[in-house]
Amino acid sequence: MEYLKAREVNKKFINQYALHNVNLTVPENSIYGLLGPNGAGKTTLIRIINRITAPDEGDILLKGRKIKMEDVFRIGYLPEERGLYKKMKVGEQSMYLAQLKGMKKRDAQEKLKYWFEKFEIQPWWNKKVEELSKGMQQKIQFITTIIHEPELLIFDEPFSGFDPINANLLKKEVLKLKEKGATIIFSTHNMESVEELCDHITLINRANNILEGPIDHIKQQYKSNIYEIEFNGNPEKLKQSLNAHYEVLEEKQKNGNKAVRIKLLHETNENELLSLIIPAVEVLSFKEIIPSMNDVFIKVVNEHKNQDHE
Amino acid sequence: MNKISLIIQREYLTRVKKKTFVIMTILGPILFAAIVIAPAWLASMEDKDLKHIAVVDKSQMFVNQLPETDYIKFEYIDENKYEQLKKNFKETEYYAVLYITHLVANTPNSVILYSDKQPNIGVKSHISNAIEKNIEQSKLAQHNIDKNILKSVRTDISIRTIQWTEEGKEKESSTELAMVVGYIGGFLIYFFIFLFGAQVMRGVIEEKTNRIVEIIISSARPFQLMTGKIIGIGLVGLTQFALWVVLTFIIITGVKSVFAPGMGTPKANEVAVESIMNSQQGNSQDISSDMLPSGAKDATSELTENAEIKQMLGALKDVNLGLMIGSFIFFFLGGYLLYGSLFAAIGAAVDNETDTQQFMFPITIPLILAIIVMVNAIQNPMSPIAFWFSIIPFTSPVVMMVRLPFGVPEWQMALSMGLLILTFLGTTWLSGKIYRTGILMYGKKVNYKELWKWIRYKT
Repeated sequence: MEYLKAREVNKKFINQYALHNVNLTVPENSIYGLLGPNGAGKTTLIRIINRITAPDEGDILLKGRKIKMEDVFRIGYLPEERGLYKKMKVGEQSMYLAQLKGMKKRDAQEKLKYWFEKFEIQPWWNKKVEELSKGMQQKIQFITTIIHEPELLIFDEPFSGFDPINANLLKKEVLKLKEKGATIIFSTHNMESVEELCDHITLINRANNILEGPIDHIKQQYKSNIYEIEFNGNPEKLKQSLNAHYEVLEEKQKNGNKAVRIKLLHETNENELLSLIIPAVEVLSFKEIIPSMNDVFIKVVNEHKNQDHE
Repeated sequence: MNKISLIIQREYLTRVKKKTFVIMTILGPILFAAIVIAPAWLASMEDKDLKHIAVVDKSQMFVNQLPETDYIKFEYIDENKYEQLKKNFKETEYYAVLYITHLVANTPNSVILYSDKQPNIGVKSHISNAIEKNIEQSKLAQHNIDKNILKSVRTDISIRTIQWTEEGKEKESSTELAMVVGYIGGFLIYFFIFLFGAQVMRGVIEEKTNRIVEIIISSARPFQLMTGKIIGIGLVGLTQFALWVVLTFIIITGVKSVFAPGMGTPKANEVAVESIMNSQQGNSQDISSDMLPSGAKDATSELTENAEIKQMLGALKDVNLGLMIGSFIFFFLGGYLLYGSLFAAIGAAVDNETDTQQFMFPITIPLILAIIVMVNAIQNPMSPIAFWFSIIPFTSPVVMMVRLPFGVPEWQMALSMGLLILTFLGTTWLSGKIYRTGILMYGKKVNYKELWKWIRYKT
């Protein structure tokens, strides 16, 4: 079921589109990745969803109806550019932000205690924010974003600045939030975390979303018929067995075995390839190379660039 | 609504808990009390160093004539010795050398006091008084005027001012007192608007540069954040004011009861007001009259002095303190809200404090104008310029405070207050629009054209 929908969203900043006819659909209870190079318009889109800025045209629908200011206050939003009051104490500040989100004082206190213990930052409660490291501050920001258990969470570059251990801690929590029923939109350049977390993605490049869909479909769509074969035997014999429908991309060693990557050109399939090479060498493994999101990202963005140039 | 009160709470508590607030709160009254008490204290303090002054009197009119006090002694020397003194003045024990030429009766500049340091004012006025008096008497004698005749001729008029209230009652008033009260009120408002207005601006800049604003904005409307901040800081201002009033009163009362136990506590404040008057007029007459032996003091002038004080004390009871404090709070709040919202808009428009200059300028102008008009209004509270500036909302908080102790017609008060309320609503609305756009705008040099665009943005 769709949870949030952007319809033909346009936003211009001084004669230049920040967003141009952007459409996207975020399914309920999914983790939705908002990808794109720097300056593509991701943050602008997030701000429009949050009603911090208004779109010039188009609208945002939440569960099928137009989003209202009251809805926004139930969103948990962790902006990319984020800070805290430096001179305020950590505990006081967390209480303030939690209450500002509409939590009762007692609830806020209880929940904060739970999270502070979980993230092992309880001893920092009475410290001033300026005494904390950046990573520490980010933990606090994360906590104050999710403290009121919102249905919709928006994270803008949540993992930047974290060491791998804390980044993992956060990822686990994000997944748990999804289990509990939240819908999560998150924007990042970090493709690794996209593969780990996201169900759906959209790729925004220069104000347009140029790719949208479930992450599995997209990867399938961008695979390029390359297979990797580990084998025992003479590589030359293997090459000789192939005809013009195949191209050997590279030869290498893998797990102490010989391996090749072969691209299927056209009018052929993996079964034919197997039938050709089995007589030549002993096949140890055979698998299709699925592109990483990193590959997809680079490929799509470059294609888009070339289209523009033509 | 709940969110605004949360924001107000935060703004208020973080500031009130700050060390600077506590220091200001304690230091302020000490300073005020010092201003009030110091002149009185200084005046009461006698110069207790024994001073020998050598007198070279070429007119021969004053030999052994100058009155001495416990601490000022004169030694009459002849001119030959004077040359000698000039050469080795340092080695002698003289405090100064008084040189009187023979033309002294007719030429004002014929008395010279030589010293290797700047002689103090007490000594100077003691000498000039003595010489004046002496010459006066000899001139009287020349014209055959009896001293007693002169005494009966001399008149001292002190004018009592009494206001008729609308019911036809009489109300004792004191122009001097009204001036002081008005001046303090007007200046305090000017000072508070700048002090706390700038705090609003700095607060907004802090939120913007810290990037906390985006977090807050996703839980509260920009307008709530802005008004919450303005109100919170305004309450800090009121708290400070209240604490200052109370603490100043306590300190003055305490000090007075220690130094002058004879005076009852309720009077202490009144005396304090009077001592400001003295210090403001700054006439050396008061000091010198203290230094003169009490016998030399003119009985008549003492009488009138007492009458003046009495009259002023009477007037103080009639200064409507409730009205003054009430109006102060209203005009402080009105002026502060008006300027505070403009300060907030400036804070939102810039990236750091150094960029605020170009926008601060037009805000500072009316405030400085108000201070200039204030000086004029103290002299003439009913003049057209005082009237207009006490009606125009950008200057009315300062100027109206000055006019208030002199009595302002009710319709003028109502008009001024009404306009002030309307204007601060207007500036808050306008600033809200600039603020909303500005706080999320980074790295852009903003000019007036840009601001105008922001104002016209639709929500």
